[in-house]
Amino acid sequence: MVRWVGRPLPRYEDPVLLQGRGRYTADLAQGARILRFVRSPIARGRILAVNAPPEVPIITAAVLGDVKPICPRLDRPDYVEVAQPILAHERVTYVGEPIAAMLADSAAEAEDLAEQVTVEIAAETPVVTLDQALAPGAPLVHDTAADNTLIDARFETPNVATAFAAAHQVVEFEFTSGRQAAVPLESRGAVAAFDAGTGRVTLSASTQMPHLLRTGIADALGIPEAQLRVVAPEVGGGFGQKMALIPEYVVAVWAAWRFACTVAWIEDRLENLTASFHARDQRLHLRGGFDADGRLLAIDADILCNVGAYSNFPATCGVEPLMALADMPGPYQVPEYRARARGVASNTCPMAPYRGVSRPVITAAIERLMDCAAARLGLDTLEIRRRNLIAEFPHTSVTGVVQDPGSYREAMEAAAQIVDFAQFRARQQTARTEGRWLGLGLSVFSERTGPGTPAFAARRMVINPGFERVELAMDPSGFLEARIGSSPHGQGLKTTLAQLIADEIGIAPKEIRVVAGDTDRSPYGWGTFASRSLVIAGGACKLAAATLRERLQAAAGQMLEADASDIEIGDGRAFVRGTDLGVQVRQLARAAYHQSHRFPAIAETGLSAVATYDPYGTFSNACHVAIVAVDIATGQVEIERFVVVEDAGRLINPMIVEGQIHGGVAQGIANALYEKVVYDDDGNILTGSLADYLVPTMAEIPGLEIHHMETLTEASVTGAKGVGEGGTIGAPAAILNAVSDALARFGVGIFEMPITPQRILQLLREAGCEAQ
Amino acid sequence: MSDKQDVTFTVNGEARTIRVEPRRTLADALREDCGLTGTHLGCEHGVCGACTVLVDDTPVRSCLMFAVQAEGARVRTVEGLADGDKLHPLQQAFWDHHGLQCGFCTPGFLMLAVGILERQPDIAEPELREALSSNLCRCTGYQNILKSVLAAAAEMRK
Repeated sequence: MVRWVGRPLPRYEDPVLLQGRGRYTADLAQGARILRFVRSPIARGRILAVNAPPEVPIITAAVLGDVKPICPRLDRPDYVEVAQPILAHERVTYVGEPIAAMLADSAAEAEDLAEQVTVEIAAETPVVTLDQALAPGAPLVHDTAADNTLIDARFETPNVATAFAAAHQVVEFEFTSGRQAAVPLESRGAVAAFDAGTGRVTLSASTQMPHLLRTGIADALGIPEAQLRVVAPEVGGGFGQKMALIPEYVVAVWAAWRFACTVAWIEDRLENLTASFHARDQRLHLRGGFDADGRLLAIDADILCNVGAYSNFPATCGVEPLMALADMPGPYQVPEYRARARGVASNTCPMAPYRGVSRPVITAAIERLMDCAAARLGLDTLEIRRRNLIAEFPHTSVTGVVQDPGSYREAMEAAAQIVDFAQFRARQQTARTEGRWLGLGLSVFSERTGPGTPAFAARRMVINPGFERVELAMDPSGFLEARIGSSPHGQGLKTTLAQLIADEIGIAPKEIRVVAGDTDRSPYGWGTFASRSLVIAGGACKLAAATLRERLQAAAGQMLEADASDIEIGDGRAFVRGTDLGVQVRQLARAAYHQSHRFPAIAETGLSAVATYDPYGTFSNACHVAIVAVDIATGQVEIERFVVVEDAGRLINPMIVEGQIHGGVAQGIANALYEKVVYDDDGNILTGSLADYLVPTMAEIPGLEIHHMETLTEASVTGAKGVGEGGTIGAPAAILNAVSDALARFGVGIFEMPITPQRILQLLREAGCEAQ
Repeated sequence: MSDKQDVTFTVNGEARTIRVEPRRTLADALREDCGLTGTHLGCEHGVCGACTVLVDDTPVRSCLMFAVQAEGARVRTVEGLADGDKLHPLQQAFWDHHGLQCGFCTPGFLMLAVGILERQPDIAEPELREALSSNLCRCTGYQNILKSVLAAAAEMRK
């Protein structure tokens, strides 16, 4: 019988996209009234007046009336709730904050109208950086948040001080990550269409979380959710940025109702880079205590996250600090741990989850810690990791996180073999004599994927995501529809799920249509984030498919006058095991509906099944190795080789898995070397175009070598682990360690990302090394 | 704004006359006046290349060109690539080799690659890499885009 799991099946999603027939949000805007926002040009101040000529009707907070603000919550005493108005009134808190909106017949006219609107603002000195926000007496972004601190979480085991006192070596440094933007190639957008017949609005939006968007908008507008349908059409990437409820969508839906028409807002790139969401603006102060053998005794971390002006819904501004706090130990055994993690408000664009969420930063910091400790102790970089990597599973981390079986050490050893460290060291020596500075960097990490409600409940989320529900229905022609609550945006999830279901039910994936991203069609679910969709929606698919398979076996058993337990299904046919007696699944399906009197013993007519899956979560792991050449005259870093040994459990579609790793690593390289959102002292963004915010091209991303390990975990019913974020999590650490290795001779170590040519030259100068 | 004017050009072999404002970009004209939404807008400032189309067989950023500048030109978009149900070798290669994920940059990459390969069927990999670095993709890390274009080039040389 044909099996589909494990095959690099080309994606069913592709033909329509390849022919330019995919319908993204902006493609649905034909004939719509175009919504345009007037945004604050000032980072902080009091709104004195919004002036528009009488012929330009504008929507302001006053016009919106009792539309409620966005108020994300955490059930924690260390969290301060702040409300984000749908349109700013009284005060502005960051450049790009929407203040007013208007409608026109075309985008060009809408921009013309917006230019006629002036906003008078009494500007005040903004707080832009962490240092400014935390300075004693700093102006407060929100009066209710003392010290501009929106969350202040702490964790401490009893014997941290003792462990540090006993340490043979204490490595201590500050690690900084620049602010970064997810930059999906399709910016955000919404088309809200009022239907006079039903009185409902259908919102098509470039979102990762259609159901939550419906909840959030319904709450803001004070309407039942049944009044609103949210559809995610083709979504051109998200990477976390498209999880959150945003004011623009609330205004679009409100306007569609108010004016009984279709309203479209298509974000332009300037809006996307300045006023959507940012991430990773973090600074860690890290201390690690090691014994004489290089075993980690304790970690002490002070984690500061600049979370911008507001908290995002539903993840909240706790998402970065709390992830960093809980997952800092990563793949290592850490007996004693103290951490303080703060989310600090500033007059900048708000933070939202971005692929990896804090882990690219903490992994880079921890992996730098390992290399620094190895150097101090005279240990090999592999050896210090061998002595500290978790080897027994399941492992309960110091913060209480349970890590299921993985191949932490095996993946590293495999990577070391592939790269041949000894051979590299010899080459590195030779290169040095020729004035070429090569470096090798290692990154070992584990990635929490597919977390269900228990994981998020531990974070004390009021909106606690995690489960997924799947509804399967076979129609009378034997074609299967799988309705899922998860909502893919480019990952190829529909193909992968079809492969999983096909093997359970014994039909071909092409006979399975996966329906997602439509709140009228799919069960309430949580969308796509946290490397969860394959693990959780995939798990629910498998469970539902097993039930449906039993239904088919029961029906076939009656039809073939055999025991249901003797029925096998495969290649589209149900048959009595060991005989040639059988029936086509499509005949069975037709009979189940049209000849139901033939199945008196089967209580439920038709062929459908549902299942819900809500796992704790499963950890994938990987080892990345980067080999770089650093040009000390220009500060340029060239990546000579990049190897990934990934363990994502069972591979359902290896081609799609590798695609996820490719894209993740590219974003990790971007985070390590190129991308940074830059603000000036007044809170204006200096990187408002893709000519300034440097998304890497094919010229910057080297060929990537990928190898797989497959630890089959029981923590996931399919055996599959999530793989969406790992590439991004691991790559910066490998690059930073490689650059540090290359420059070790000059006493230069890298403790920041991105590490740009300018910074490398500056660090070399500070180390007393004049180039040339 | 100033008055609209007629522009006549061919799109995917079909003669078209549209009436547009002089400020209308070719990208907007294709999407809104010709209904060809396969050409995507990623930045509207000429960096990402998602809007790449062929104008007289040369890849151009259609967001950086006014529709009126296309007067008399031969414009090709992603919608014109396949021959009925038969995919163009580049489309087929992108499908076979997982050269796309979210698909938003894909039409631009396809048209860029068509322009390159029609002019230089034997282009060497380093030069191809450089030429393809004109456009941005955020999903694939470019690995399978390069692989797809190399595979298509081999197929097209047959």
